[in-house]
Amino acid sequence: MKTHTIVLLVQDRPGVLSRVAGLVRRRGYNIQSLAVGHSEQPGISRMTIVVESDHVEQVVKQLYRLIEVIKVSDVTDDPTVEREMVVVKLHAPAGVRHEIVSMCGVFDAKIVDVGTNTMIVEMTGTPAKVENFIEVVRPYGLKEMMRTGRIAMVRGARGHNAGEYVESANGAVVPALN
Amino acid sequence: MSETRTGAQIMCEALIREGVEVMFGIPGGAIMPFYYAMWEYRDKLRHVLCRHEQGAGHAAEGYARATGRIGVCIGTSGPGVTNLVTPIADAMMDSTPLLAICGQVGSHVLGKDAFQETDITGITMPITKHNYLVKDPNDLAYVFKEAIHIATTGRPGPVLIDITKDAMQKSVVPRWDQKLNLPGYKPTYAPNRKQVREALKLLLSAKKPLILAGNGVIMAGAAEELRAFAEKLRVPVITTLHGIGSFPEEHPLALGMPGMHGWVHVNRAIQECDVLFNIGGRFDDRVTGKASTFAPHARVIHVDIDPSEIGKNVKVTVPIVGDARLTLQALLEEMPEREALAELHAHASDWMEHIRELQEKHQGKQQYVNRAQTERMALPPHDVYDKLNRALAQRGRYRVVTDVGQHQMWAAQLLDWNAGPRTHITSGGAATMGFSVPAALGVAIAHPNDTIWVVCGDGGFQMTNQEMATIVQEGIKNIKIAVINNGYLGMVRQWQELFEQKRYSGTPLSGPDFAKLAEAYYWKGLTVEHSDEVQAAIDEAYATDGPVLIDFRVEREVNVFPMVPQNTSIGDMITEAPAS
Repeated sequence: MKTHTIVLLVQDRPGVLSRVAGLVRRRGYNIQSLAVGHSEQPGISRMTIVVESDHVEQVVKQLYRLIEVIKVSDVTDDPTVEREMVVVKLHAPAGVRHEIVSMCGVFDAKIVDVGTNTMIVEMTGTPAKVENFIEVVRPYGLKEMMRTGRIAMVRGARGHNAGEYVESANGAVVPALN
Repeated sequence: MSETRTGAQIMCEALIREGVEVMFGIPGGAIMPFYYAMWEYRDKLRHVLCRHEQGAGHAAEGYARATGRIGVCIGTSGPGVTNLVTPIADAMMDSTPLLAICGQVGSHVLGKDAFQETDITGITMPITKHNYLVKDPNDLAYVFKEAIHIATTGRPGPVLIDITKDAMQKSVVPRWDQKLNLPGYKPTYAPNRKQVREALKLLLSAKKPLILAGNGVIMAGAAEELRAFAEKLRVPVITTLHGIGSFPEEHPLALGMPGMHGWVHVNRAIQECDVLFNIGGRFDDRVTGKASTFAPHARVIHVDIDPSEIGKNVKVTVPIVGDARLTLQALLEEMPEREALAELHAHASDWMEHIRELQEKHQGKQQYVNRAQTERMALPPHDVYDKLNRALAQRGRYRVVTDVGQHQMWAAQLLDWNAGPRTHITSGGAATMGFSVPAALGVAIAHPNDTIWVVCGDGGFQMTNQEMATIVQEGIKNIKIAVINNGYLGMVRQWQELFEQKRYSGTPLSGPDFAKLAEAYYWKGLTVEHSDEVQAAIDEAYATDGPVLIDFRVEREVNVFPMVPQNTSIGDMITEAPAS
């Protein structure tokens, strides 16, 4: 099954996350990651979901049926900037700290906390780079890890805003994915 | 102007402002403030006390389907609203505009497992078009407006509003002037003209064209336009279970119902056609059979107001998102001159002749029953339908409400559907047994001057017949029930007979004496056991000024034919039971 990155613009109302997640769940697909937060417009949130599915067009169309969903785009094959953040707590006794610090330099990662035997490191990058970073630091002893999930933004002038959907939906054959 | 109202008063006034006249429900702790307020508005808002919330929900559905207006049902928190879940799911599947109003525990105990608390917005999220939890009375005026707008526009559906008890009790100044703020909800009504012309071009190039009409035609009020369109093109029309009533069956272009229990010639026509124009149908699997084998030669035009239905089950050549009525009007406007239609008319006439030959070969409405066997039967179900059919044709305006199962398919097949839209009311998508008696209550309230016939099986009847008491309490006299009583869950038994070596597991069904049960509810109850008593019973039902139930004790093991076994091609129909 192919992994798809879907970006949604939704009204910021209680339950909207549950509706989106429920719709994907209903088809038996697993959500690999989901990130949601405020967008540039007040009252509207932007969501990025990563899902494995061979029939994503149907999911996209059904997401449009949700009243609070304003726009849905499958950006999997579009040129995008994709980012994810990971925060790891590493086992870091005095002997290996130097090694960890230099490793963080290579990955542009930031040390945000140092304890007697631990360090917390924050790293942001493409999902592949994040994976790579995790594999590299894992041997030091990965005590805790948290990932934000992927966020994606289409490159260039083409946007993903509320206004565009209104125009394209009127008289459109099916909701155009940009 | 700045007068304060309690939340519950705002709810009543919001409903009146939206044109609601009748509601079906049952009170209980959390919804009591609404009932308290309702008393003041009782001249404008009629409340029908049902015996079970499922009955209230189906009654509201019946009202909505018979009128096209919103049906309103009410339940209290906890079991009250969970009992509404089945009709809500039913309304979702059949795109019925339904508003479910639920009382919820006070906001200070919300989420604390309070007495009769259920997370009904969570439960109904996947089976509603939209739902709300309201904790602030200031939100009520807007939420009711938005909810009814959503339920009744675009592809209609059920909307639920869950209101905490304190939100109904608190007083605020209602704001009625708020504009709808729905940036994500803009249903497309007007079709794309380019697509409309594409569709016409494809139809004009057809040699074997077919029109498939579904529920969308009825909901859009497009029956007249459909008729004009079909007559202009001279293309035959098939009607799905929910499309019944959208096109008169006596029309020379009418073919009847397709699908699992459709006619052989209709399914054959689908399998042979080269252009299939589906307006307002969703290619349900009961219509298509195995979808990959459906209409193999056809290029498909699919008109639906819901874009997510297009291309879901069947590959579509020309998709059109739009309202059925506006789309048919656009098609009629774009229609070329008569000369340009000549070729299509010639092909369509040959094609129709071919279909009628198929029909001749396979039909004769009752041919599917083994006649020799039928003659030995005291009361074959087909005799009931035959007599009822004649009575319907002769005795004035009527609507028929059916339940789910064999009797439902026989009604669709054997009655002549010429009385127009919203005269055949049934549960199709969800196929909810127990739908018919409560739904008829709603239909009868909407149309007090029509005779409302309920045709149901003994299984479904025993699920919700308590609403017979509601019907009496409301003084409703125009409901007549025909129970097609075969002592089985007949459709399941039929599958067991045909596909499971007659292993009648869990299907034999006993019941009380239905006529006596009816009498106990202050109805007239009649029992019919022989074919020669059918007519007299129907006559008596019509002659009686009040609700009547007839218990037709039909032959027990009769099958609905023709039939397409599940997940096979509709080209391969079974027309009689294999010799055992």
